Amino acid sequence: MSTANASASPIKYTIDSDGIAIITFDNPTRSANIVNLAFGKALKETIEQLQKDKESIKGIIFTSAKETFFAGADIDEMFAATDAKHFFDRSNELKAALRYIETQGKPVVAAINGTALGAGFEIPLACHRRIVIDNPKIQIGLPEVTLGLLPGAGGVTRMVRLIGLQPALGYLTEGKKVSPQEALRDGLIHELATDKDDLLAKAKAWILANPTAKAPWDADGYKIPGGSPTTPKVAQMLPVAPAMLAKKTYNNYPAPLAIMSTAVEGAMVDFETASRIESRYFAGLATGKVAKNMIKAFWKQLNAINAGNSRPKTDVKGDFKKVGVLGAGMMGSAIAYCAAISGIETVLKDVTQEGAEKGKTYSANILNKRVSKGKMTREKADGVLSKIKPTASAADLKDCDLIIEAVFENRELKAGVTKEAEAQMDPKGVFASNTSTLPITGLSAASSRPANFIGLHFFSPADKMPLVEIIVGKDTSDETLARAFDFVKAIKKTPIVVNDSRGFYTSRVFATYVQEGIALLGEGYNARAIEAAGLQAGMPVGPLALTDEVSLSLMAHIRKQTAEDFKAEGKAIPSHPSFPVADKMLELNRAGKAAGAGFYDYPQGGKKHLWSGLKDLFESKQAIDKDDVDRMKNEEREMIDRMLFIQAIETVRCLDEGVLRSVEDANIGSIFGWGFAPFKGGTLQFINDYGAKAFVARAKELHAKYGERFAVPASLEKMAAEGKEY
Amino acid sequence: MREAYIYDSVRTPRGRGKKSGSLYEVKPIDLLSTLFKALHKRNGEFDTSQVDDVVLGCVTPIGEQGGDIAKFGHAMAGWSDKVSGMQINRFCSSGLEAINLGAMKIRSGWEELVVAGGIESMSRNPMGSDGGAWYLDPQVNNKLGFIPQGISADLIATVEGFSRETVDSYALSSHRKAAHARKNGYFDKSLIPVLDQNGLTVLDYDETVREDASMDAMAKLQPSFAMMGEFGFDAVAMLKYTSVEQINHVHTPGNSSGIVDGAALTLIGSKEAGEKHGMKPRARIVAAAVTSTDPTIMLTGPAFSAKKALKIAGMNAKDIDIYEMNEAFASAVLKFQRELNIDDAILNVNGGAIALGHPLGATGSMLLGTVLDELERTNKSTGLITLCVGGGMGVATIIERI
Repeated sequence: MSTANASASPIKYTIDSDGIAIITFDNPTRSANIVNLAFGKALKETIEQLQKDKESIKGIIFTSAKETFFAGADIDEMFAATDAKHFFDRSNELKAALRYIETQGKPVVAAINGTALGAGFEIPLACHRRIVIDNPKIQIGLPEVTLGLLPGAGGVTRMVRLIGLQPALGYLTEGKKVSPQEALRDGLIHELATDKDDLLAKAKAWILANPTAKAPWDADGYKIPGGSPTTPKVAQMLPVAPAMLAKKTYNNYPAPLAIMSTAVEGAMVDFETASRIESRYFAGLATGKVAKNMIKAFWKQLNAINAGNSRPKTDVKGDFKKVGVLGAGMMGSAIAYCAAISGIETVLKDVTQEGAEKGKTYSANILNKRVSKGKMTREKADGVLSKIKPTASAADLKDCDLIIEAVFENRELKAGVTKEAEAQMDPKGVFASNTSTLPITGLSAASSRPANFIGLHFFSPADKMPLVEIIVGKDTSDETLARAFDFVKAIKKTPIVVNDSRGFYTSRVFATYVQEGIALLGEGYNARAIEAAGLQAGMPVGPLALTDEVSLSLMAHIRKQTAEDFKAEGKAIPSHPSFPVADKMLELNRAGKAAGAGFYDYPQGGKKHLWSGLKDLFESKQAIDKDDVDRMKNEEREMIDRMLFIQAIETVRCLDEGVLRSVEDANIGSIFGWGFAPFKGGTLQFINDYGAKAFVARAKELHAKYGERFAVPASLEKMAAEGKEY
Repeated sequence: MREAYIYDSVRTPRGRGKKSGSLYEVKPIDLLSTLFKALHKRNGEFDTSQVDDVVLGCVTPIGEQGGDIAKFGHAMAGWSDKVSGMQINRFCSSGLEAINLGAMKIRSGWEELVVAGGIESMSRNPMGSDGGAWYLDPQVNNKLGFIPQGISADLIATVEGFSRETVDSYALSSHRKAAHARKNGYFDKSLIPVLDQNGLTVLDYDETVREDASMDAMAKLQPSFAMMGEFGFDAVAMLKYTSVEQINHVHTPGNSSGIVDGAALTLIGSKEAGEKHGMKPRARIVAAAVTSTDPTIMLTGPAFSAKKALKIAGMNAKDIDIYEMNEAFASAVLKFQRELNIDDAILNVNGGAIALGHPLGATGSMLLGTVLDELERTNKSTGLITLCVGGGMGVATIIERI
């Protein structure tokens, strides 16, 4: 990145010897082209120039001087703006410019030399022909929906008219990104080129051969492929489309519905009107809470984390040639896979050679699946697999830069493997524990080098879950943290950094969610309604189903351990209204899924369903009149508030106690760690979303009704009073 | 208070609503003109110019059923040019709503004689082919939690605990009662055969009643709405009805209303109009009501509208001799029965749409005619007619013999 020529235009305009205007995107201040104010101004000037040269040029080629073609809109600029009129006007301005290019009469080709996403693909959509270099690494698509937005520069309007309502909705509501080959197959582009020279040659040849190009939708007799919303075949599909969406999103995400409405309503009217409808829905989304939450989390905060905001500023650089994993259970095996797929030599050690071999099979199974799906070559898969060395011998851990223990949650066992491994590894290496609950400082007592001891809390299944919670013990050094951070990045996961405490951040706050759900059952709420409220709140799984996954016996074990520790420290043993329910279930031998029975029944070969016994045991509450939907909604609102507020309040406590070091770690950790409602932007952003003042007022109501666990932390009350937010 | 009297009610037979159905070849306008001719003839060939208005329900008012078919149906029967006509649509209750509206016209004192009823040729104009914002506009569809009525019926069955066997056995009784009524001529009084231009019979009986209906045959039918539910409609239903873990898809073609073609007309007027034209009133319209409730469960409206009508009439549920609740789906009838605590013996006594079919726009008028005939046949006094309606509405009418 250079700012030396910041005043240079992001658009270069030349006319070649064939009389073709070559318009090259080349952002002077960034590594990629983006649509921002400067671009808008340059595009306007480009159009003025095109108008001047109208008679003399034969056609227009758009291409890029960057490795990518065009990255999309300036998301920071979009995040900052809050005025609907601003978005409506900006959207319409860009559309007017693109519409001029599309209809000025001369053929226009997008010579797409690299990835073209979002607005970066909306520009090519306004061109008469789209040619892309055939490189599978190039991505094409309109992923706006993933940030709670829609393509507001004609993307919806043109996609519908290009490939038809149903296929367009598939792309737009999922934010699908595809390779050039797939884009060609689905009709998003017209042609592939071998390299940049071929790309430009093909673009020029097409212009010379097609002097009077028009967009299909501007040609006489044009009809939307597959039909308009009034075509019976399409009309038949339309009623179910919002239902399919509701099934997936619980109506928590406004963007897919806005996209669907833009597409359908736009398909009923002419192109210009459709474009305006698109701008209106776009402005609504862009100024809405959900888009702001999602942009803040998935753009600003995630970028900050990835840029290393939580990494100590030290010269040490983590370089990992050989990593050891102790314990070849599911977690250890999955961690070994993560390291191996990232090109790191991995020693997978278990008590027996047989156990270690079995752990390696975990990786083999994943890799085989990828090969059979055509996502990886057999050769590459074998290469990855060869990086894992299963063993029962501690000697094989020699020279490891990092060892991660993933043995059972038992202090003595962990102490034993720590000593055994430290004897073998590189003395400067890092020893990490993958404990999810035991305080790291306590575990490091077994270490001869506590400064090199750290917690790396992976989430199950580790090969899929994107987060690693790094736990800094009392004696952990900055260098060790920096190394551990670099390792997490090296295996392409997102690191959050927390200070040592019981349950750290993720396990501690996650537990409040499931406990609140169990408490609701204890109060007599309908079990299914509790699960539905959890899902409607935006959690990926209901609290009772989740408890079954975790198992009540594990939760009881943690509870017992905590109680013993508290007793030893002379503190009062904590209590929670969920405890009697959990005890009752354990008494009935219903510990959860692994035990074959929990809050749910798990019939052999059948679908799990809530245990009918819950009715008599717990569901004492008078059933709501089934015709009173409003009352049902109110009751659900109460349950949702309890489940979300308790997580937010506990997160604030983590921040107050210094367990959490940053707001972004709190938000990203909650979404990536246990799936906290992504549309709320994370546990702390949820408070901003609700409005800090309103949140405090509501929390006080919950406190009065349900007890101390909802007590508002002083820091939050102060922040709200000052009109600030997280 | 001025009363609105029912002077007569006629209907066509109901033909299977498919290409193989006998009425498929008959234009909707011809079904209507057949009835207008019959109504005129049966009532002393009164002076048609004295009819103030014709109000007809039609749920798919497009194409040959579009463009205000009510004005032109009677014209083809040779009625006076002075007679007006309008087509209305309140989905499945349109035929009864037309009668209620007609009664209001009479009771207001502004009109004297009104023909009300409805028409639907479902074989020629498929259900839903007129479109609508309710389900085609994603915004409306999403806001109201749209689900097809069959899913709503399955939702009712799930919430109320009606098993497949329960709804099937209800359906079986519908066929048995309808077959018995048909065999014994209970329908003959008001059923006008459909003839061609040469006087040859096209259809003179209700075509979909199955005398051989059995629980075994019924049990073999696949649920109609399970797949649709799986696509997402079940999830939409469960977003509101959160204590439902899984929708029990019990409705099949066997226990849902049949798709049929048919038309019906009812002649309503003031006391004075009857005297003037020498017509004897058969019953008075005591009360009429319309209500609306949650559009997702949708088919629970009849209990609300029936209670509202009873309240208007100053009556109790026990004061009604015969109930007629349109058999759109078995669960909707059973739910209505449960809400008003109605004895099996006085509910849908001659079967209903499960056996006889449900020609959407016409059904309300047909049900009213059936109840009137049955009250006369059994020498009883009061009847309540109600239908569940799309969007959560319910319509009810109470009549009393004179």
